[in-house]
Amino acid sequence: MKSGSLGGYIVRRLVQTVPVVIGVVIVNFMLLQLAPGDLATVLAGEAGGAPKEYIDQLRARFGQDQPVYVQLFNYLRNLIALDLGFSFRQGAPVLDLLLQRLWPTLLLMVCTLILSLGSGILMGLLAALWVRTWKDNAISVAAILVYATPLFWVGLMLILVFSIWLDWFPTSGMENVVAFHEGWDRVFDIAHHLVLPTVTLSLFYLALYARLMRASMLEQRGLDYVVTARAKGQTERRITTRHVFRNALLPVVTMAGVQTGSLLGGSVVVESIFAWPGLGQLAFQSLFARDYNLLLGIFFMSAVLVVIVNLIVDIVYVFLDPRIRIG
Amino acid sequence: MKTFWTRFLGNPRVYLGLVWLGILLAVAILANVLAPVDPFAIVGTPMATPGPRFWLGTDSLGRDVLAGLIHGSRATILIAVLATVAAVAFGTFVGAVAGYYGGLIDDIAMRMTEFFQTIPSFLFAIVLIAILSPSASNLVVAIAVVSWPPIARVVRGEVLTVKSREFVQAAVVAGQGDAAILLKQVLPNTLSPLIVTGSLLIATAILTESALSFLGLGAPNLMSWGFMIGAGRSFMREAWWLVTVPGIAILLTVLAINLIGEGLNDALNPRLADL
Repeated sequence: MKSGSLGGYIVRRLVQTVPVVIGVVIVNFMLLQLAPGDLATVLAGEAGGAPKEYIDQLRARFGQDQPVYVQLFNYLRNLIALDLGFSFRQGAPVLDLLLQRLWPTLLLMVCTLILSLGSGILMGLLAALWVRTWKDNAISVAAILVYATPLFWVGLMLILVFSIWLDWFPTSGMENVVAFHEGWDRVFDIAHHLVLPTVTLSLFYLALYARLMRASMLEQRGLDYVVTARAKGQTERRITTRHVFRNALLPVVTMAGVQTGSLLGGSVVVESIFAWPGLGQLAFQSLFARDYNLLLGIFFMSAVLVVIVNLIVDIVYVFLDPRIRIG
Repeated sequence: MKTFWTRFLGNPRVYLGLVWLGILLAVAILANVLAPVDPFAIVGTPMATPGPRFWLGTDSLGRDVLAGLIHGSRATILIAVLATVAAVAFGTFVGAVAGYYGGLIDDIAMRMTEFFQTIPSFLFAIVLIAILSPSASNLVVAIAVVSWPPIARVVRGEVLTVKSREFVQAAVVAGQGDAAILLKQVLPNTLSPLIVTGSLLIATAILTESALSFLGLGAPNLMSWGFMIGAGRSFMREAWWLVTVPGIAILLTVLAINLIGEGLNDALNPRLADL
């Protein structure tokens, strides 16, 4: 790898993401046009009816009296300036609301990623080492079962067992707000609240990565370089840790990147179950408040997040696998 | 050389899957015979525990859980299967055209596919339903819209390898039109990966449908398993079976489809079966 080519690669990948982001903006705008009843009529309807002049005035205020292409142009221009519009429901700019809710979701996602990748890789590795024994079968059957279980149901069952029956973990929220914890107490409190949502969101991906890791290990183990290593007289342990394991990781890393979008979708469900104050819960709330500005803002932000994560995964990949020539 | 059927049916996991799916299909078809009452009808006291009168108890309004489960199988299967058929049809079309014509068409089609794979699919489905308003047909549309990209990629890959084979060139020389070559020569040879991907897609569609119904975005007036779980979640403390039972139904169904899909994969691609 020539020096400086990594920078060029990153710039090239960044440029490739531009059409995706513009695509999301256009899809967003089209959906806004499709939405039944614009915000003006909804607000007027809630006020118990309003004269037509007032509705027209509201429309003019939201810029909805202009032709569609002008509205699209305005929408694009606003987004470039990171102006995602105003949530008339919450009485705050959408961007402020999103930034407020971003951190809980990122915390949940990062913890989920660590738990699911770590345990998934470990489980897959063990299953591959114990291949065709009862232990391998036990791991594989557990993975198939978890793989088929609906996410929201896992969350509710965990609440039923660990919150309602055993009373080990809180059922909802991110922290005990009335306790006014500070410093480490607050960290422990949040960690305590974080356990069930993280486990709920992780289990599916854990099963996915475990299955993938097992298949990947078994595939790598049959390749020629393993025979070479064995012929050189390397121990089986060293072959597994130094050669097979590293190569087997690659598809798992790819899959982890691909799953970011679905992880965000899962967090909508998990956050609404556990009342976790993140983007997902905000999406759930905006859904039923018909706050389309906010909902589409969340969608836009999530898509941008996915694009960024894919970019990071691609860069990590270059470091993991030097065979991938940049350019 | 074992045939497809001996490999497929020689797999005990496939049997388990087929047995459950068989039961489920029978229940869905005979729903009105097995549970003649409207699943939304109030038939007993609220939250009766499972017993001889109501085998699985009643929900918070006094509706029969077993009747809901039986009728719910219809909505869940129907929506998932229709969404999958729509996704397979559209994905096959995009993938086949992209792979067959190549060039600019391929570029455009693949960028579009990548776009739909990049955006968070479940969130996109939520946004679609929220804006189109919840109904059975909109559920089918939303699930299909987020499910077709893998099909398009699989079909495109297969078409690319098949189109350079001699029999396709022979058809070109024989003067067959593009549509005829695609439909009669190329696509039949892409069937096996398509069947595997499509069958696994039904499982994903069921999970998506249940999650949407759980969030309250399902079809109104249609009893579905996800809706039952969503309706029962506020009463977990008093009536745990309201949430548990429909969840197990979803789990078993998705599991059965996954087992059959993997059995198909092993039987159609015997070289990979050992992995």
